[in-house]
Amino acid sequence: MNTRNTEIIVGLFIALGLAALFMLAMKASNLNIYDDNTGYEITANFDDVSGLKIKSAVTMSGVRIGRVSDITFDSEMFEAVVKIRIENQYKTLPKDTSASIYTAGLLGEKYVGLEAGGDDENLQQGDKLKLTQSSLVLEKLISRFVDSFVDKDKDDK
Amino acid sequence: MLDFIQQLGRSGFDFFQRLGRASILFGHILAGVPSMILRFPLVIQQLYSVGVLSLLIVLVSGLFVGMVLGLQGYNTLVDFGAEESLGVMVSISLVTELGPVVAALLFAGRAGSALTAEIGLMKATEQLSAMEMMAIDPIRRVLTPRFFAGFISMPLLAAIFSAIGILGGHLVGVALLGVDEGAYWSQMQASVDFYDDIMNGVIKSIVFGVVVTWIAVFEGYDAIPTSEGVSRATTRTVVHSSLAILGLDFILTAIMF
Amino acid sequence: MTDLSAPLVEIRNLSFARGDRMIFDGIDMDIERGKVTSIMGPSGTGKTTLLRLIGGQIKPLAGTIKVDGIEVTQLSRSALFQLRKRMGMLFQNGALLTDMNVYDNIAFPIREHTQLSENMIRTLVTMKLQVVGLRGARNLMPSELSGGMARRVAMARAIALDPMMMMYDEPFTGQDPISMGVLVRLIRELNDALGLTSIVVSHDIEEASSISDTIYLLSGGKVVAHGNADTLRESGSEWAQQFMNGLPDGPVPFHYPAPDYAEDLLSAGANK
Repeated sequence: MNTRNTEIIVGLFIALGLAALFMLAMKASNLNIYDDNTGYEITANFDDVSGLKIKSAVTMSGVRIGRVSDITFDSEMFEAVVKIRIENQYKTLPKDTSASIYTAGLLGEKYVGLEAGGDDENLQQGDKLKLTQSSLVLEKLISRFVDSFVDKDKDDK
Repeated sequence: MLDFIQQLGRSGFDFFQRLGRASILFGHILAGVPSMILRFPLVIQQLYSVGVLSLLIVLVSGLFVGMVLGLQGYNTLVDFGAEESLGVMVSISLVTELGPVVAALLFAGRAGSALTAEIGLMKATEQLSAMEMMAIDPIRRVLTPRFFAGFISMPLLAAIFSAIGILGGHLVGVALLGVDEGAYWSQMQASVDFYDDIMNGVIKSIVFGVVVTWIAVFEGYDAIPTSEGVSRATTRTVVHSSLAILGLDFILTAIMF
Repeated sequence: MTDLSAPLVEIRNLSFARGDRMIFDGIDMDIERGKVTSIMGPSGTGKTTLLRLIGGQIKPLAGTIKVDGIEVTQLSRSALFQLRKRMGMLFQNGALLTDMNVYDNIAFPIREHTQLSENMIRTLVTMKLQVVGLRGARNLMPSELSGGMARRVAMARAIALDPMMMMYDEPFTGQDPISMGVLVRLIRELNDALGLTSIVVSHDIEEASSISDTIYLLSGGKVVAHGNADTLRESGSEWAQQFMNGLPDGPVPFHYPAPDYAEDLLSAGANK
């Protein structure tokens, strides 16, 4: 009877469905990128990390070298503490590397851009970045812009 | 005027009576599920007629929906200079909403109506009665395998719909309209959360699968055993399933997102 | 344990209604073992309903139905299923499962209820097919069968588990003379060869009378006559006379209840 054919086709159908689910999980979502244990962790404190998310990219010279692994708030210093996990292959970052939060495109995501300093010693697990620049918050930018006009007016008078 | 109210009241009672019958039937169907493991060939046969045969319409529709999303999405996003986010837009729309809902609607129309017609016809030609007289429970033999098959097929079909939709969006966005390939995928991967978006979409499609198959199987079993009765039951399956899908979608989305 | 001289089916004081229409009103019936009993009456008297009551598909309003000493109306679901395995039923249009061929249809109850090997099943099915004369048709699909052939296959399926009784729901309806002859012969021969008890529901007087040992005549929810064919033909009952002789008018009137004819004609002109 053709039961055997039917069973084969049904098996293919289920395999196709599972493959679709797998494809969605792997290629269309953030599932596979989160590598918990590889790489080394460093921290950086910022005044403002608006828009930065866990798993946001950490780049240097435009190349992604790590990810944001945790964001917490330090209630004594009133700063945001960002933990960054850098892939093991990039061990030569100098200790005075600076971190800034940038935006990728107009509606794009926030990411952390690192710039190398000149220190001889390299960053190790648990080190802290000293030079940081916070993310740009649009409202603050606009108010600064408006303020500059007001000042200009005052000067002209 | 009074007639109208009376009619409304009667319709209300009818509705609850049908809901009650449907729930009792649902209980019987579920009672037969454990024995399905031993009778898996029956389920496989139904998986073929319910799942595999719906595959073509799901693939074609998924592709077109994905392509339209790519096209429309691009047109909208390009005004904001945000065409890089096309991947995000296409994938989230599909995975959380369009995939489960549209695939379920298509399933209700194609497989649901076929199930109702088949079972209704079996009732009209006394095949179900004959089974009863042969001491075989028609619910376990006929309804439960079909229910099981629908329940398994629906999430798979929804996933296939979403996956091919994303590829369709890629086809239009990247190949035709020039969106950056890397941006399409990487933005998508950064923004689509596996647990919040994809798993919720899967849960939705499972719920839809249960509801659509339940309605289809009930309407067939409950149909008046004449040709007119069966055709009306088939229509009711499609209409009620569609309304249920859209209504449940709203409720589920409100709960989950 | 079971008294073999007692009737196989004993119906006492059976009442059943559909809506507000009384289908059976306290009827009594005995179906003797090993005999062919026909239940006849005008259309709509609920003859099929009676078979369903005996098979336990529906429950009566009042009364008892004993099959082989077991009270059908009190049975639990599983006990009822056990009893049904010993009953064979032939539906009016055969009711074959349309998604399987003739062989699988007959094998269906065997596969569902026993663990016999496929070889044994093949033997059994072939034997049943031989009895009804359709051994060569084993691979046909139900849609390829004529009405008469479909009924014969359904018969083979009904005796697949060697039941103790057979119920036939209008087996002769709409058959050509040859198929009719085949079915008539099969019902009688099966009954005698397999030691069955057969209940035939029909309104085909000629055919049913020719093979029945006992006939019950139903009308208006009551048994109006019973006995063998000769008894009924000679009976004084008007019902029996009208039915057995096929008279168009009598206790079952020709005219559907309507107002007076003359009045109807006159008022038809006045209402314009």
